[in-house]
Amino acid sequence: MSVQTTDYTASEIRSPASFVANRVFIYGALAFWAFICLFPIYWTITTSFKTAVDVTQGHLIPFVDFQPDWKGWRSLGLSPDSIFRTSTVRDEFLKRFMNSVITSVGASSLAIVIGSLAAYGLTRYRYHFAWFKNEDISFFFLSQLILPPVVLALPFLVLYREVGLLDTRIGLILLYTLMVLPIVIWIMRDQFNSIPVELEEAALVDGLTIWGAFFRIVMPIALPGMVAAFILAMVLCWNEYFFAALLTSTDAKTIPVMVASQTGSQGINWWSMAALATAAIAPLAVIGIALERYLIMGMTAGAVK
Amino acid sequence: MAVATLGLLAIIAVQILYKTEVDTIGFETWRPVVYAYMLWGVAIGIGQVLTRGEDGQRALFLLPALLFTIAMVIFPTLFGFYIALTDWNLSSITGRKFNGLDNFWQMLADPYYRNALFNMVLYVLAVLVEYAIAFGLALLLNAQIRARKFFRVVFLMPLMLSPVAVSWMVGKSIMEYRFGPAATLARYLGWENPAFFSDPITARISIMVLDAWTFIPFMMIMLLAGLQAMSREVLEAARVDGATPWQTFWQVTFPLMLPVSVTAVILRIIFKLKLADIIITVTSGGPGGATDSVSSFIYREYRDRSNVGYGTMLAMAYLVIIVVFVTWLLKFANRFVRNVN
Repeated sequence: MSVQTTDYTASEIRSPASFVANRVFIYGALAFWAFICLFPIYWTITTSFKTAVDVTQGHLIPFVDFQPDWKGWRSLGLSPDSIFRTSTVRDEFLKRFMNSVITSVGASSLAIVIGSLAAYGLTRYRYHFAWFKNEDISFFFLSQLILPPVVLALPFLVLYREVGLLDTRIGLILLYTLMVLPIVIWIMRDQFNSIPVELEEAALVDGLTIWGAFFRIVMPIALPGMVAAFILAMVLCWNEYFFAALLTSTDAKTIPVMVASQTGSQGINWWSMAALATAAIAPLAVIGIALERYLIMGMTAGAVK
Repeated sequence: MAVATLGLLAIIAVQILYKTEVDTIGFETWRPVVYAYMLWGVAIGIGQVLTRGEDGQRALFLLPALLFTIAMVIFPTLFGFYIALTDWNLSSITGRKFNGLDNFWQMLADPYYRNALFNMVLYVLAVLVEYAIAFGLALLLNAQIRARKFFRVVFLMPLMLSPVAVSWMVGKSIMEYRFGPAATLARYLGWENPAFFSDPITARISIMVLDAWTFIPFMMIMLLAGLQAMSREVLEAARVDGATPWQTFWQVTFPLMLPVSVTAVILRIIFKLKLADIIITVTSGGPGGATDSVSSFIYREYRDRSNVGYGTMLAMAYLVIIVVFVTWLLKFANRFVRNVN
């Protein structure tokens, strides 16, 4: 990423004035877009510290325009003065939060396990299942990507009712696994393709079995790819709303569903809404800042040949 | 080996027995069938290893994913085609009723569904604008700048955030008519009545903007990777030949970026075809169904009338349409890239 592809010395030599104009334009555009990306986040966080009056008057800057207030966080039971008291709202929130954590981690792990195995098999061996060859099998997996959730949602609603998986975390985990599996296979195939086959051949000569070679030799090398796929899968599962809204009601409800169902009888309590939205956004924002490298790696897998 | 195969057959037989028994005696739920399927999968795996040795071990890599996907996709889709032909209201007592192609005829006459399909065309066309913006941002990030990493993280942020939370805080709060900062800004800029979601065309554009905000980083990152993989010699050569930056971009950078661009745009279109959550939370299809995507329309159709049969028919028709469309798109893109290069 540190490779610098444009060379500004050339334009600098051409004319200093146009160089300065060029710089101003570039940084102006960067700052403008950074503002567009960050303002909604800023707005969400500040709104969670506003009272009703501050919201309806559209105050923007804390301490200048308005006095921050813990109201929003208190309504979730997470403000300094209420955090040690028992709070049903907080329990509710934590339950939803845990549901989200469990379903997204569970689904991502499951998808990584079966996805990496399949991707490894597809890059290393030739298969024939009836008239299906490797390319057909790969295409079959990747084509799941175009399947819109809405096609599966209603059949699954009926099937889950019959199997008793409606409103359970397992049910959601299975569906989310299905949703991210094509992406995991896509990333991992790219990853395994970049590992030379000679490594495993040497391992096989040394007496390891196929699976031994996979676990001892290939897995450690492919670990960064797995982390990348895992994080991307996490992001998708954490933010998923459609299936969760249809298939869960009381037990397995996730954070996005809770956020979406916050309208009270007297309109929207913006402060608590904003606090909840902040809590829903925060984990991924942290992941995004800390593990940005892996995210980019996951998203660009296979894009550039 | 024989034992494994026998066991395998026995479990299949048991599974079939379960299914027939459900019809005659009736289990409480169908869950035993799920367990039977899992056992059957394990048995197949063991059988493969025992009967085919090394080849079986190889097949074991692929089997879990294959069995999982078949169970989770093929079966429900076929089942979906069946319920599409029924009149099945989940909340009524009468249960399901086979009604043949009635749903299909009803669908053809449904103006809201046609409107939703038309909206999908508009939403997909918006991808081109998103692409132009994403390309611009990728070029900016690829320019010689300080704090590149900071800007990259910031530009990536919208993709990480939950669309539902974003559509509440942006769609319903920032774009709120009375106090939202976006409305205030619009008033300041001279738009007297900045209602973002009350007339059909503005509402559609607002939805597109919200969706673009979330997904532009995705294309941007792919294009940025493409730009960084481009060889410097070519650009250098162009400059030595005296090409202006504008010419360099259109005659060198853009054609070289075409394969990456096509991949990015196609992936983005595929994601766009699933668009639902933003619409459900911000406008719930309004005003008057003007912003509905197919997914959000089916969602409301189910929520309001809990008619599984009709909803599934709509979804299946949509599936057929997008499979045809995406296949055509892939073919077209292939030919396009080959023709230009």
